[in-house]
Amino acid sequence: MAYDLVNVTKKMRAHIVEMLAAAGSGHPGGSLSATDIIATLYFKHMHVDPGNPLWEDRDRFVLGKGHAAPALYAALAMRGFFPEEELITLRKIGSRLQGHPCRTETPGVDMSTGSLGQGLSVANGMALAGRLDGRDYYVYCVMGDGELQEGQVWEAAMSAAHYRLDHVIAFVDHNGLQIDGPNSQVMNVEPIDEKFRAFGWNAMRIDGHDLDAIDAAIIAAKATEGKPTVIVCETVKGKGVSFMENVVDWHGVAPNAEQAKRALAELAAN
Amino acid sequence: MNSATREAYGKALIELGNTNPQVVALDADLAGSTKSAGFGAQHPERFFDMGISEADMVGTAAGLATCGKIPFASSFAVFCTGRAFEQIRNSVCNAHLNVKIVGSHAGPSCGEDGSSHQAVEDIAIMRSLPHMTVVVPADDVEAYAATLALAEHDGPAYLRVARLASPTIHDEDYQFDLLKGDLLRDGTDVTIVACGMMVPRALDAAKQLAEEGIDAQVVNIHTIKPIDEELLVTCAQKTGKVITIEEGSIVGGLGTAVCETLSEKCPVPVRRIGMFDIFGTSGEGSALLDYYGLNAEHIIDCARELCQ
Repeated sequence: MAYDLVNVTKKMRAHIVEMLAAAGSGHPGGSLSATDIIATLYFKHMHVDPGNPLWEDRDRFVLGKGHAAPALYAALAMRGFFPEEELITLRKIGSRLQGHPCRTETPGVDMSTGSLGQGLSVANGMALAGRLDGRDYYVYCVMGDGELQEGQVWEAAMSAAHYRLDHVIAFVDHNGLQIDGPNSQVMNVEPIDEKFRAFGWNAMRIDGHDLDAIDAAIIAAKATEGKPTVIVCETVKGKGVSFMENVVDWHGVAPNAEQAKRALAELAAN
Repeated sequence: MNSATREAYGKALIELGNTNPQVVALDADLAGSTKSAGFGAQHPERFFDMGISEADMVGTAAGLATCGKIPFASSFAVFCTGRAFEQIRNSVCNAHLNVKIVGSHAGPSCGEDGSSHQAVEDIAIMRSLPHMTVVVPADDVEAYAATLALAEHDGPAYLRVARLASPTIHDEDYQFDLLKGDLLRDGTDVTIVACGMMVPRALDAAKQLAEEGIDAQVVNIHTIKPIDEELLVTCAQKTGKVITIEEGSIVGGLGTAVCETLSEKCPVPVRRIGMFDIFGTSGEGSALLDYYGLNAEHIIDCARELCQ
């Protein structure tokens, strides 16, 4: 089934705004910047079965930057893993949708994340298991740019290259901002692609909101043999909501009702 | 017989490799010391040396576990529980994943390498994690059985093994039960609760105490979490006095676990032997155990005081 990716990303962004407004807390900026990457994966590339979330041959997804959970939840709900109406239960007691992903509670979530820097190691382990079992699935991991400041990311980068994990495809959602300010001021992470290349990876740098570019990069990554691929995605924090775009304060604050209304009107108009 | 618990762990791991295709092993450049190297030699495709990166090792193990593998991730107890604590917390325990963390060279019996390499806090921090099972085998027979049992147990676990060889106290036909404490000697005057290499010392103390008319009971609590509350309460009711001994900190370890149970279910006087708010130091391993009073003499002193 072919999806209209433009419409998918619009709807995902609207869901993100609505569920964060309903929750009254959460992370809009990094959810909106990662939306196009996650949409392209779940609606164009990943082999998954919403009727059988634990299907052994499925492609895996690890959200290293677990605070972008609203984007993942929107994709999973729209893909049919659970009802879209459930999205507004985000962060509430008794909800299956915790503030950060939880593999035991949410259908379709392959790994519990939220503590930055741990996702890529897990993705490597999934890829090693796939190799041992003779399965051909891919493991996708989306990391934040600030997340690259965690040392474990580079331990895992070393391991993925050492074990030639060409079925690991990582993304860096490079929106340039983290809680305390721009990466360049808090702790410089550039040059990201050169760092990964030096670790033995295939590295690309693309516009992370260009759906065709994301698609092409994934196709190129799948064609790469003998080494893992990282796709450094240049993104805009808060993408799609003008008053959130490139504003660091929207990292971890939910819109109020009036702001959500404005954001939804903007998203509908575009 | 009379080998180190880490040796028995290594042998059991090879056996698991032969019998259970889902078992995989990881190490952080200490495979020769933790004894996971034997598995690596026999099952190279299922063995992953992650280099000196415990955090990545635990995360990789978690990823393998999401796909149904049963990873045993080994390093020195200090490093795999301390360096990777938050990975164990979030990527293993909070994610409900079937990963076995194996810490060797635990406690001062690690020896000459000194305090930086001697875990005294590992039991406490592993025990504090929801879902985590914590096992400290008393001898090689039990370490072998415990390793096999943990592969069958679905859930995260920490297995603590020692560097030094120690006396075998169990028969070859010993039936290990992960959830049941091991009453090694019955008695009426005082209960000695021990784990790991302290168990043979507890038996030795009981033998000496018998000569002076003190009838001591010896309980091997190999599984510190979940602890066998029923056995502890039964013993405390019988003797009314308890001594605990462990090779590590009494803050949060076996002694704490016993006190938590007994203070709520059967309050009796308890004396905890172990290390209190100190790190270890360099020295020959078994001499260090005496240096820190982790021996039969200390148990005997406590028993005399309690039984006065």
